[in-house]
Amino acid sequence: MMLRPDALEGRIALVTGAGRGIGLATAKMLAEAGATVWLNARTVGSLEQTCAEIGNGARAVYFDVTDPAAVREGFVTIQKECKKLDILVNNAGILRDAVIEMASVELMDDIWRTNLRGVLLCAQYGARLMARAGGGSIVNVASYIGRFGNTGQAVYGASKAGVIGATLSLAKELAARQIRVNAVAPGVIDTDMIADLPADKREKLLGSIGMGRPGTAEDVAKLITFLASDMAGYVTGQVVGVDGGLVI
Amino acid sequence: MDKLVEIVAKSLMLPAEKITEELKYNSIPEWDSVAHMALVTELEDAYGIMLETDDIVGMSSVAKIREILSKYDAAA
Repeated sequence: MMLRPDALEGRIALVTGAGRGIGLATAKMLAEAGATVWLNARTVGSLEQTCAEIGNGARAVYFDVTDPAAVREGFVTIQKECKKLDILVNNAGILRDAVIEMASVELMDDIWRTNLRGVLLCAQYGARLMARAGGGSIVNVASYIGRFGNTGQAVYGASKAGVIGATLSLAKELAARQIRVNAVAPGVIDTDMIADLPADKREKLLGSIGMGRPGTAEDVAKLITFLASDMAGYVTGQVVGVDGGLVI
Repeated sequence: MDKLVEIVAKSLMLPAEKITEELKYNSIPEWDSVAHMALVTELEDAYGIMLETDDIVGMSSVAKIREILSKYDAAA
C-alpha cells in the first residue's frame, strides 16, 4: 500500500455490510490508514467485538439498508456523534442466482432493494453529511457481472449495473460539492458469496481468471481505500475493475 | 426578525423583505435545487434536526417549511 499510515487521520468513514468479506476487510484497512470507522450490519450486537479488535474508535451502527427509516436513523447517529462524514463505502449487498425463467418477483425485489435502492438511500444521506464537511468520497461496490454479465445473474447483474449507473450520475451531480463518487467492480472474490458454489462450477470459474487465483477481500479493500483517500483526489465517476484479468 | 425568514434569506442570498410566506421553490432563480440543499443544511444546523427526504421534497414554500418544522418541534 502506497498510502501513508496516517493518510486518513481524522476522517470519519461508514462501511455498510461490514460484518464479513469485502466490507470487513475495508473497515480494517480504512482504520489502519487512520480513519475512525463506523461499521454497519443488520443484526444488533453482531459487530461489537469486531469494532473492539479494529480499534481507532471504530463503532457499530446497526441498520438494514432496505429500511429507509432505519438508514436515516443510522446517519442521524453518525451526524450526532461525529458531526460529519468523509467516506462512505456502499458495500452491503446480496447475491442470489436464478435463471431468468425462475427469477421470482420476490427475488428481484429483494436484490434490488438491497443492492440498488440501499446504495441510493445511503448516498442520499451520506452526501448530505459530506456536503456539510466540504466534501468526501463515496465508493460503491459494484461487480464484474454488472459490466459484462453472466449466466443466471440477470437480476443480480441488473442491480450491479444499476449501481454503476448511479455512480456515474452521482459523480456528476455531487462534483460541485467536492464529493467524489466511484465504483469498484470485483471479479471472483474468495468470500462466502462464492463458497457455496458446486465444485465443478467453482473450478470452471477459477479457470477463467487470468491471474489464476480468486481475489481476496483485501485485494478489493486496497482499491476502495485508495479511492476513498486523497491519493484519488481528482478521480470521480470511475468504475475500476479488480478482477485479476477475469474473462467470463 | 423571524428566525425562519432570516434563514431562508441567508440561504437564498436575498434581502429578508423579499421572503414572504407565499414564496415558492423554483419560482425564482435564487431558489433552485442547489440553494434548496443549502437551505436544508442551514435549517438543520439552526434547529438541530435532520430533515426527512419527504420533507425536503415537500418544502415547496416558506409557509410549507414552517409547517414541516413544527413536526420536528422546531419553533419557526
